[in-house]
Amino acid sequence: MSASPVTALGRILALPNDSTRKTIAVALILSLVCSMVVSVSAVVLRPLQIENASADRQRNILAAANLLDENTNVADAFSKIEARVVDLSSGDFTDDVDAENYDQRRAARDPAMSTPLSSEQDIASVGRRERYAIVYLVKDGEAIEQIILPIHGYGLWSTLYGFIALEPDLNTVVGLKYYEHSETAGLGAEVDNPAWYSQWKGRRVFDASGALALHVAKGKSRAVGNAAQHEVDGLAGATLTGNGVTNMLHFWLGEQGFGPFLENMRKRAGG
Amino acid sequence: MNSVDKKIVLDPLLDNNPITLQILGICSALAVTTSLAPALLMSAAVTAVVVLSNASVSLIRNHVPSSIRIIVMMTIIASLVIVVDQVLKAFAYDLAKSLTVFVGLIITNCIVLGRTEAFAMKNGVRLSILDGLGNGLGYSLVLIIVAVCRELFGSGSLLGHQIFPLVTAGGWYNPNGLMLLAPSAFFIIGLMIWGIRTWKTAQVEKPEYQIHEVHRTEIV
Repeated sequence: MSASPVTALGRILALPNDSTRKTIAVALILSLVCSMVVSVSAVVLRPLQIENASADRQRNILAAANLLDENTNVADAFSKIEARVVDLSSGDFTDDVDAENYDQRRAARDPAMSTPLSSEQDIASVGRRERYAIVYLVKDGEAIEQIILPIHGYGLWSTLYGFIALEPDLNTVVGLKYYEHSETAGLGAEVDNPAWYSQWKGRRVFDASGALALHVAKGKSRAVGNAAQHEVDGLAGATLTGNGVTNMLHFWLGEQGFGPFLENMRKRAGG
Repeated sequence: MNSVDKKIVLDPLLDNNPITLQILGICSALAVTTSLAPALLMSAAVTAVVVLSNASVSLIRNHVPSSIRIIVMMTIIASLVIVVDQVLKAFAYDLAKSLTVFVGLIITNCIVLGRTEAFAMKNGVRLSILDGLGNGLGYSLVLIIVAVCRELFGSGSLLGHQIFPLVTAGGWYNPNGLMLLAPSAFFIIGLMIWGIRTWKTAQVEKPEYQIHEVHRTEIV
Protein backbone atom coordinates (compact mmCIF):
# COMPACT_ATOMS: atom_id res chain seq x y z
CA MET A 1 0.00 0.00 0.00
CA SER A 2 1.79 3.08 -1.19
CA ALA A 3 -1.18 5.42 -0.86
CA SER A 4 -0.60 8.58 1.16
CA PRO A 5 -2.75 9.02 4.31
CA VAL A 6 -4.89 11.61 2.54
CA THR A 7 -5.90 9.34 -0.31
CA ALA A 8 -6.42 6.48 2.16
CA LEU A 9 -8.79 8.71 4.13
CA GLY A 10 -10.54 9.67 0.89
CA ARG A 11 -11.01 6.00 0.01
CA ILE A 12 -12.52 5.23 3.41
CA LEU A 13 -14.89 8.17 3.15
CA ALA A 14 -15.95 7.02 -0.29
CA LEU A 15 -17.12 3.66 1.07
CA PRO A 16 -20.85 3.23 1.58
CA ASN A 17 -21.81 4.54 5.02
CA ASP A 18 -23.13 1.29 6.37
CA SER A 19 -20.29 -0.99 5.33
CA THR A 20 -18.50 -2.67 8.24
CA ARG A 21 -15.12 -1.27 7.23
CA LYS A 22 -16.35 2.28 7.18
CA THR A 23 -18.18 1.85 10.48
CA ILE A 24 -15.00 0.67 12.19
CA ALA A 25 -12.89 3.32 10.46
CA VAL A 26 -15.23 6.15 11.47
CA ALA A 27 -15.33 4.90 15.07
CA LEU A 28 -11.51 4.71 15.17
CA ILE A 29 -10.90 8.13 13.64
CA LEU A 30 -13.54 9.76 15.83
CA SER A 31 -12.09 8.24 19.00
CA LEU A 32 -8.62 9.38 18.03
CA VAL A 33 -9.68 12.94 17.28
CA CYS A 34 -11.85 13.24 20.40
CA SER A 35 -9.18 11.81 22.71
CA MET A 36 -6.65 14.23 21.26
CA VAL A 37 -8.96 17.20 21.83
CA VAL A 38 -9.60 16.10 25.43
CA SER A 39 -5.93 15.42 26.22
CA VAL A 40 -4.74 18.69 24.72
CA SER A 41 -7.27 20.70 26.72
CA ALA A 42 -6.41 18.84 29.92
CA VAL A 43 -2.65 19.27 29.49
CA VAL A 44 -2.75 22.89 28.33
CA LEU A 45 -5.06 24.04 31.12
CA ARG A 46 -3.51 21.96 33.91
CA PRO A 47 -1.05 24.62 35.20
CA LEU A 48 -3.85 27.19 35.48
CA GLN A 49 -6.06 24.72 37.33
CA ILE A 50 -3.35 23.80 39.82
CA GLU A 51 -2.69 27.49 40.42
CA ASN A 52 -6.42 28.07 41.03
CA ALA A 53 -6.70 25.16 43.43
CA SER A 54 -3.70 26.21 45.50
CA ALA A 55 -4.78 29.89 45.52
CA ASP A 56 -8.20 28.72 46.67
CA ARG A 57 -6.64 26.67 49.46
CA GLN A 58 -4.47 29.59 50.54
CA ARG A 59 -7.47 31.93 50.53
CA ASN A 60 -9.34 29.53 52.76
CA ILE A 61 -6.43 29.18 55.18
CA LEU A 62 -6.26 32.97 55.38
CA ALA A 63 -10.02 33.15 55.86
CA ALA A 64 -9.83 30.70 58.77
CA ALA A 65 -7.13 32.88 60.28
CA ASN A 66 -9.25 36.03 59.79
CA LEU A 67 -6.45 37.49 57.69
CA LEU A 68 -8.52 37.87 54.56
CA ASP A 69 -10.48 40.88 53.43
CA GLU A 70 -11.36 42.11 49.96
CA ASN A 71 -8.09 43.94 49.37
CA THR A 72 -5.75 41.25 50.66
CA ASN A 73 -3.08 40.09 48.26
CA VAL A 74 -3.21 36.35 48.90
CA ALA A 75 0.44 35.66 48.04
CA ASP A 76 1.68 38.52 50.26
CA ALA A 77 -0.47 37.58 53.21
CA PHE A 78 0.51 33.95 52.84
CA SER A 79 4.23 34.75 53.08
CA LYS A 80 3.70 35.19 56.84
CA ILE A 81 2.49 31.62 57.07
CA GLU A 82 4.80 28.66 57.48
CA ALA A 83 3.66 25.12 56.65
CA ARG A 84 5.04 22.41 58.93
CA VAL A 85 4.51 18.65 58.97
CA VAL A 86 3.38 17.09 62.23
CA ASP A 87 3.56 13.42 63.15
CA LEU A 88 0.08 12.96 64.58
CA SER A 89 0.81 10.05 66.93
CA SER A 90 3.84 11.62 68.64
CA GLY A 91 2.68 15.21 68.14
CA ASP A 92 6.16 16.36 67.07
CA PHE A 93 7.24 18.37 64.07
CA THR A 94 8.96 16.17 61.55
CA ASP A 95 10.76 16.46 58.23
CA ASP A 96 9.95 12.90 57.14
CA VAL A 97 7.79 14.26 54.36
CA ASP A 98 8.05 17.50 52.49
CA ALA A 99 5.26 19.96 53.33
CA GLU A 100 5.37 21.35 49.81
CA ASN A 101 4.57 18.08 48.06
CA TYR A 102 2.72 16.13 50.72
CA ASP A 103 -0.83 15.27 49.71
CA GLN A 104 -2.60 14.76 53.01
CA ARG A 105 -5.84 13.62 51.45
CA ARG A 106 -4.16 10.93 49.38
CA ALA A 107 -2.13 9.83 52.43
CA ALA A 108 -5.35 9.27 54.37
CA ARG A 109 -6.36 6.63 51.80
CA ASP A 110 -2.92 5.04 51.48
CA PRO A 111 -2.52 2.03 53.83
CA ALA A 112 1.23 2.73 54.09
CA MET A 113 0.65 6.31 55.21
CA SER A 114 -2.34 5.92 57.50
CA THR A 115 -3.83 3.75 60.23
CA PRO A 116 -7.36 2.37 60.36
CA LEU A 117 -9.60 3.67 63.16
CA SER A 118 -11.84 1.52 65.31
CA SER A 119 -15.49 2.52 65.40
CA GLU A 120 -15.21 4.08 68.92
CA GLN A 121 -12.24 6.15 67.81
CA ASP A 122 -13.73 7.18 64.51
CA ILE A 123 -16.30 9.73 65.67
CA ALA A 124 -15.76 11.86 62.56
CA SER A 125 -16.38 8.90 60.18
CA VAL A 126 -13.09 9.35 58.37
CA GLY A 127 -12.22 5.63 58.26
CA ARG A 128 -8.44 5.98 58.34
CA ARG A 129 -6.20 8.60 59.87
CA GLU A 130 -3.08 9.74 58.05
CA ARG A 131 0.23 9.56 59.90
CA TYR A 132 1.30 13.10 59.05
CA ALA A 133 -0.67 16.31 58.88
CA ILE A 134 0.31 19.76 57.68
CA VAL A 135 -0.24 22.58 60.15
CA TYR A 136 0.16 26.23 59.29
CA LEU A 137 1.87 28.62 61.68
CA VAL A 138 1.13 32.31 61.32
CA LYS A 139 4.35 33.98 62.40
CA ASP A 140 5.47 37.47 63.22
CA GLY A 141 9.25 37.08 63.18
CA GLU A 142 9.87 34.16 65.53
CA ALA A 143 6.72 34.51 67.61
CA ILE A 144 3.77 32.31 66.67
CA GLU A 145 0.57 34.32 66.32
CA GLN A 146 -1.81 31.58 65.28
CA ILE A 147 -1.86 27.86 64.64
CA ILE A 148 -4.05 26.62 61.78
CA LEU A 149 -5.07 22.98 61.77
CA PRO A 150 -6.70 21.10 58.88
CA ILE A 151 -9.85 19.20 59.81
CA HIS A 152 -12.21 16.95 57.91
CA GLY A 153 -15.12 14.68 58.68
CA TYR A 154 -18.48 13.49 57.54
CA GLY A 155 -21.53 15.75 57.61
CA LEU A 156 -24.83 14.61 56.12
CA TRP A 157 -23.96 13.84 52.49
CA SER A 158 -20.27 14.45 52.18
CA THR A 159 -16.92 14.88 53.82
CA LEU A 160 -16.37 18.48 54.83
CA TYR A 161 -12.81 19.79 54.56
CA GLY A 162 -11.74 22.90 56.42
CA PHE A 163 -9.35 24.67 58.73
CA ILE A 164 -9.57 25.81 62.32
CA ALA A 165 -7.26 28.57 63.53
CA LEU A 166 -6.28 28.80 67.21
CA GLU A 167 -4.55 31.52 69.18
CA PRO A 168 -1.17 30.70 70.79
CA ASP A 169 -2.98 29.83 74.04
CA LEU A 170 -4.22 26.78 72.02
CA ASN A 171 -7.66 27.34 73.45
CA THR A 172 -9.19 30.42 71.84
CA VAL A 173 -10.58 29.97 68.33
CA VAL A 174 -9.62 32.58 65.75
CA GLY A 175 -11.80 31.16 63.00
CA LEU A 176 -13.16 28.06 61.33
CA LYS A 177 -13.72 27.80 57.61
CA TYR A 178 -14.67 24.99 55.26
CA TYR A 179 -13.33 24.96 51.73
CA GLU A 180 -14.92 21.85 50.32
CA HIS A 181 -18.15 19.97 50.98
CA SER A 182 -21.37 18.92 49.23
CA GLU A 183 -23.96 19.61 51.92
CA THR A 184 -27.52 20.64 51.01
CA ALA A 185 -27.58 24.08 49.40
CA GLY A 186 -29.33 26.54 51.67
CA LEU A 187 -29.25 24.25 54.72
CA GLY A 188 -26.02 22.39 55.49
CA ALA A 189 -24.15 24.48 52.91
CA GLU A 190 -24.74 27.47 55.18
CA VAL A 191 -21.47 26.46 56.86
CA ASP A 192 -20.08 28.75 54.14
CA ASN A 193 -22.19 31.68 55.32
CA PRO A 194 -19.99 34.33 56.96
CA ALA A 195 -22.82 35.08 59.40
CA TRP A 196 -22.46 31.54 60.71
CA TYR A 197 -18.74 30.87 60.63
CA SER A 198 -17.82 34.28 62.08
CA GLN A 199 -19.41 33.09 65.34
CA TRP A 200 -16.44 30.81 65.96
CA LYS A 201 -14.16 33.75 66.67
CA GLY A 202 -13.34 33.97 70.37
CA ARG A 203 -14.93 30.64 71.33
CA ARG A 204 -12.93 28.39 73.66
CA VAL A 205 -12.06 24.80 72.87
CA PHE A 206 -11.54 23.46 76.41
CA ASP A 207 -13.58 24.10 79.55
CA ALA A 208 -12.10 24.82 82.99
CA SER A 209 -11.48 21.13 83.66
CA GLY A 210 -9.54 20.77 80.40
CA ALA A 211 -12.22 18.71 78.64
CA LEU A 212 -13.09 19.33 75.00
CA ALA A 213 -16.24 21.41 75.07
CA LEU A 214 -16.44 23.26 71.75
CA HIS A 215 -19.56 22.30 69.82
CA VAL A 216 -22.43 23.36 67.57
CA ALA A 217 -25.68 23.86 69.50
CA LYS A 218 -28.93 22.26 68.47
CA GLY A 219 -30.93 25.23 67.24
CA LYS A 220 -30.05 28.67 68.53
CA SER A 221 -27.43 28.70 71.26
CA ARG A 222 -29.14 29.20 74.62
CA ALA A 223 -26.09 28.71 76.78
CA VAL A 224 -25.33 31.46 79.26
CA GLY A 225 -22.21 32.41 81.20
CA ASN A 226 -19.18 30.19 80.78
CA ALA A 227 -21.00 27.57 78.73
CA ALA A 228 -21.66 30.14 75.99
CA GLN A 229 -17.93 30.29 75.32
CA HIS A 230 -17.99 26.80 73.90
CA GLU A 231 -21.08 26.95 71.74
CA VAL A 232 -22.15 28.39 68.38
CA ASP A 233 -25.68 28.49 66.93
CA GLY A 234 -26.87 25.42 65.08
CA LEU A 235 -27.82 25.70 61.41
CA ALA A 236 -31.59 25.66 60.95
CA GLY A 237 -32.60 22.50 59.10
CA ALA A 238 -29.08 21.07 59.20
CA THR A 239 -28.80 19.28 62.53
CA LEU A 240 -26.79 16.43 61.02
CA THR A 241 -24.28 18.74 59.35
CA GLY A 242 -23.95 20.52 62.71
CA ASN A 243 -23.37 17.19 64.47
CA GLY A 244 -20.75 16.37 61.85
CA VAL A 245 -18.96 19.64 62.59
CA THR A 246 -19.01 18.94 66.36
CA ASN A 247 -17.78 15.38 65.80
CA MET A 248 -14.90 16.37 63.59
CA LEU A 249 -13.83 19.08 66.06
CA HIS A 250 -13.82 16.53 68.84
CA PHE A 251 -11.92 14.06 66.70
CA TRP A 252 -9.24 16.41 65.41
CA LEU A 253 -8.72 18.35 68.62
CA GLY A 254 -8.84 15.13 70.64
CA GLU A 255 -6.46 12.27 71.34
CA GLN A 256 -6.71 10.69 67.85
CA GLY A 257 -6.13 13.99 66.09
CA PHE A 258 -3.97 16.91 67.12
CA GLY A 259 -4.24 16.15 70.88
CA PRO A 260 -0.58 15.09 71.30
CA PHE A 261 0.57 18.00 69.14
CA LEU A 262 -1.39 20.55 71.18
CA GLU A 263 0.00 18.98 74.36
CA ASN A 264 3.58 19.38 73.06
CA MET A 265 2.97 22.97 72.03
CA ARG A 266 1.53 23.74 75.45
CA LYS A 267 4.58 22.23 77.18
CA ARG A 268 6.87 24.18 74.95
CA ALA A 269 5.05 27.45 75.65
CA GLY A 270 5.13 26.71 79.37
CA GLY A 271 8.91 26.28 79.06
CA MET B 1 -30.17 37.33 8.88
CA ASN B 2 -33.07 36.07 6.80
CA SER B 3 -36.40 34.96 8.17
CA VAL B 4 -35.49 31.24 8.30
CA ASP B 5 -32.41 31.96 10.40
CA LYS B 6 -34.39 34.19 12.69
CA LYS B 7 -37.06 31.56 13.14
CA ILE B 8 -34.47 28.90 13.99
CA VAL B 9 -32.90 31.09 16.67
CA LEU B 10 -36.06 32.63 18.12
CA ASP B 11 -38.45 29.66 18.02
CA PRO B 12 -36.83 27.72 20.88
CA LEU B 13 -37.10 30.75 23.16
CA LEU B 14 -40.85 30.53 23.57
CA ASP B 15 -42.75 28.68 20.85
CA ASN B 16 -40.62 25.55 20.99
CA ASN B 17 -38.75 25.91 24.24
CA PRO B 18 -36.69 22.80 25.11
CA ILE B 19 -37.70 22.94 28.78
CA THR B 20 -41.27 24.23 28.81
CA LEU B 21 -42.55 22.56 25.64
CA GLN B 22 -40.29 19.55 25.14
CA ILE B 23 -39.79 19.03 28.91
CA LEU B 24 -36.08 18.22 28.44
CA GLY B 25 -33.15 19.17 30.66
CA ILE B 26 -35.31 19.42 33.79
CA CYS B 27 -32.75 17.73 36.07
CA SER B 28 -30.07 20.38 35.72
CA ALA B 29 -32.73 23.09 35.79
CA LEU B 30 -33.59 21.94 39.31
CA ALA B 31 -30.05 21.48 40.50
CA VAL B 32 -28.18 24.63 39.55
CA THR B 33 -30.84 27.29 40.03
CA THR B 34 -30.61 27.96 43.77
CA SER B 35 -28.78 31.16 42.90
CA LEU B 36 -28.28 33.20 39.76
CA ALA B 37 -24.49 33.09 39.30
CA PRO B 38 -24.14 29.30 38.86
CA ALA B 39 -27.28 29.28 36.68
CA LEU B 40 -25.68 31.84 34.35
CA LEU B 41 -22.48 29.80 34.15
CA MET B 42 -24.45 26.61 33.52
CA SER B 43 -26.45 28.38 30.78
CA ALA B 44 -23.26 29.50 29.09
CA ALA B 45 -21.74 26.02 29.37
CA VAL B 46 -24.80 24.25 27.94
CA THR B 47 -25.15 26.80 25.12
CA ALA B 48 -21.49 26.34 24.20
CA VAL B 49 -21.85 22.56 24.21
CA VAL B 50 -25.04 22.54 22.10
CA VAL B 51 -23.57 24.95 19.53
CA LEU B 52 -20.26 23.09 19.24
CA SER B 53 -21.76 19.60 19.19
CA ASN B 54 -24.37 20.64 16.62
CA ALA B 55 -21.59 22.10 14.47
CA SER B 56 -19.34 19.02 14.75
CA VAL B 57 -22.11 16.52 14.13
CA SER B 58 -23.42 18.50 11.18
CA LEU B 59 -19.90 18.65 9.75
CA ILE B 60 -19.54 14.86 9.61
CA ARG B 61 -23.24 13.99 9.16
CA ASN B 62 -22.78 12.52 5.68
CA HIS B 63 -20.20 10.03 6.89
CA VAL B 64 -21.81 8.73 10.07
CA PRO B 65 -22.87 5.07 9.73
CA SER B 66 -26.43 4.94 11.04
CA SER B 67 -25.71 1.86 13.16
CA ILE B 68 -23.32 3.78 15.43
CA ARG B 69 -24.69 7.30 15.07
CA ILE B 70 -25.87 7.70 18.69
CA ILE B 71 -22.47 6.55 19.98
CA VAL B 72 -20.73 8.94 17.59
CA MET B 73 -22.85 11.83 18.84
CA MET B 74 -22.35 10.88 22.49
CA THR B 75 -18.58 10.67 22.00
CA ILE B 76 -18.49 14.13 20.49
CA ILE B 77 -20.75 15.57 23.19
CA ALA B 78 -18.81 13.92 26.00
CA SER B 79 -15.49 15.21 24.67
CA LEU B 80 -16.86 18.74 24.36
CA VAL B 81 -18.27 18.61 27.90
CA ILE B 82 -14.90 17.54 29.29
CA VAL B 83 -13.22 20.40 27.44
CA VAL B 84 -15.80 22.88 28.77
CA ASP B 85 -15.31 21.50 32.29
CA GLN B 86 -11.53 21.93 32.00
CA VAL B 87 -11.93 25.50 30.72
CA LEU B 88 -14.26 26.39 33.59
CA LYS B 89 -11.87 24.93 36.16
CA ALA B 90 -9.07 27.01 34.65
CA PHE B 91 -10.89 30.32 34.24
CA ALA B 92 -13.90 30.35 36.60
CA TYR B 93 -12.67 28.15 39.40
CA ASP B 94 -14.92 29.33 42.24
CA LEU B 95 -18.14 29.17 40.22
CA ALA B 96 -17.17 25.87 38.64
CA LYS B 97 -16.70 24.51 42.15
CA SER B 98 -20.26 25.52 43.04
CA LEU B 99 -21.58 23.61 39.99
CA THR B 100 -19.79 20.43 41.19
CA VAL B 101 -20.91 17.43 39.15
CA PHE B 102 -23.48 19.25 37.07
CA VAL B 103 -21.03 20.42 34.42
CA GLY B 104 -20.09 16.80 33.77
CA LEU B 105 -23.75 15.89 33.68
CA ILE B 106 -24.33 18.14 30.65
CA ILE B 107 -23.38 14.95 28.77
CA THR B 108 -26.69 13.44 29.84
CA ASN B 109 -28.70 16.59 29.13
CA CYS B 110 -31.31 15.43 26.64
CA ILE B 111 -31.37 18.82 24.92
CA VAL B 112 -27.87 18.31 23.53
CA LEU B 113 -28.38 14.79 22.15
CA GLY B 114 -31.91 15.74 21.07
CA ARG B 115 -30.69 18.63 18.93
CA THR B 116 -27.81 16.74 17.32
CA GLU B 117 -30.10 13.83 16.43
CA ALA B 118 -33.14 15.86 15.36
CA PHE B 119 -31.43 18.77 13.63
CA ALA B 120 -27.68 18.56 13.08
CA MET B 121 -27.84 15.11 11.42
CA LYS B 122 -30.11 16.54 8.71
CA ASN B 123 -28.97 20.14 8.24
CA GLY B 124 -25.92 22.17 7.20
CA VAL B 125 -23.32 23.55 9.58
CA ARG B 126 -24.56 27.15 9.58
CA LEU B 127 -28.18 26.26 10.33
CA SER B 128 -27.07 23.73 12.95
CA ILE B 129 -25.02 26.35 14.77
CA LEU B 130 -28.02 28.70 14.76
CA ASP B 131 -30.28 25.90 16.02
CA GLY B 132 -27.83 25.12 18.82
CA LEU B 133 -27.67 28.77 19.74
CA GLY B 134 -31.45 29.09 19.80
CA ASN B 135 -31.93 26.00 21.97
CA GLY B 136 -29.09 27.01 24.27
CA LEU B 137 -30.69 30.40 24.74
CA GLY B 138 -34.13 28.85 25.27
CA TYR B 139 -32.67 26.66 28.03
CA SER B 140 -30.80 29.66 29.48
CA LEU B 141 -33.94 31.80 29.52
CA VAL B 142 -35.84 29.29 31.67
CA LEU B 143 -32.84 28.70 33.94
CA ILE B 144 -32.39 32.42 34.51
CA ILE B 145 -36.07 33.03 35.29
CA VAL B 146 -36.13 30.11 37.75
CA ALA B 147 -32.83 31.18 39.35
CA VAL B 148 -33.99 34.79 39.75
CA CYS B 149 -37.17 33.64 41.54
CA ARG B 150 -35.31 31.18 43.75
CA GLU B 151 -32.42 33.42 44.76
CA LEU B 152 -34.62 36.50 45.25
CA PHE B 153 -37.26 34.78 47.39
CA GLY B 154 -35.00 32.13 48.93
CA SER B 155 -32.09 34.34 49.96
CA GLY B 156 -33.38 37.86 49.30
CA SER B 157 -30.46 38.55 46.99
CA LEU B 158 -29.49 38.56 43.31
CA LEU B 159 -25.97 37.59 42.18
CA GLY B 160 -25.03 37.82 45.84
CA HIS B 161 -26.18 41.44 46.25
CA GLN B 162 -28.78 41.77 48.98
CA ILE B 163 -32.07 43.10 47.51
CA PHE B 164 -34.42 42.40 50.40
CA PRO B 165 -32.80 43.02 53.81
CA LEU B 166 -33.13 39.79 55.79
CA VAL B 167 -34.70 39.53 59.24
CA THR B 168 -31.50 37.87 60.48
CA ALA B 169 -29.56 40.99 59.39
CA GLY B 170 -32.05 43.40 60.94
CA GLY B 171 -34.26 43.85 57.84
CA TRP B 172 -37.88 42.87 57.12
CA TYR B 173 -37.64 39.92 54.72
CA ASN B 174 -38.03 36.43 56.08
CA PRO B 175 -36.52 34.18 53.38
CA ASN B 176 -38.59 31.29 52.05
CA GLY B 177 -36.48 28.19 52.67
CA LEU B 178 -38.59 26.09 50.27
CA MET B 179 -37.17 28.15 47.40
CA LEU B 180 -33.71 26.73 48.13
CA LEU B 181 -34.93 23.15 47.82
CA ALA B 182 -35.28 21.34 44.51
CA PRO B 183 -39.13 21.04 44.54
CA SER B 184 -39.52 24.82 44.28
CA ALA B 185 -37.93 24.66 40.82
CA PHE B 186 -40.60 22.13 39.84
CA PHE B 187 -43.31 24.52 41.02
CA ILE B 188 -41.80 27.49 39.16
CA ILE B 189 -41.29 25.54 35.92
CA GLY B 190 -44.82 24.11 36.26
CA LEU B 191 -46.30 27.57 36.69
CA MET B 192 -44.29 28.80 33.69
CA ILE B 193 -45.58 25.94 31.52
CA TRP B 194 -49.13 26.69 32.65
CA GLY B 195 -48.70 30.38 31.88
CA ILE B 196 -47.15 29.81 28.45
CA ARG B 197 -49.78 27.26 27.43
CA THR B 198 -52.61 29.52 28.56
CA TRP B 199 -51.17 32.27 26.40
CA LYS B 200 -50.13 30.10 23.44
CA THR B 201 -52.91 27.54 23.26
CA ALA B 202 -51.21 25.76 20.32
CA GLN B 203 -48.81 24.21 22.85
CA VAL B 204 -51.57 22.48 24.78
CA GLU B 205 -51.28 18.73 24.23
CA LYS B 206 -54.31 16.78 23.13
CA PRO B 207 -55.63 14.46 25.84
CA GLU B 208 -54.47 10.93 25.16
CA TYR B 209 -57.93 9.47 25.67
CA GLN B 210 -61.39 10.85 25.97
CA ILE B 211 -63.93 9.84 28.57
CA HIS B 212 -67.16 9.14 26.70
CA GLU B 213 -70.43 10.17 28.17
CA VAL B 214 -72.30 6.98 28.86
CA HIS B 215 -76.05 6.98 28.46
CA ARG B 216 -78.33 4.91 30.55
CA THR B 217 -79.75 3.11 27.58
CA GLU B 218 -76.33 1.89 26.49
CA ILE B 219 -75.72 0.10 29.76
CA VAL B 220 -79.02 -1.68 29.57
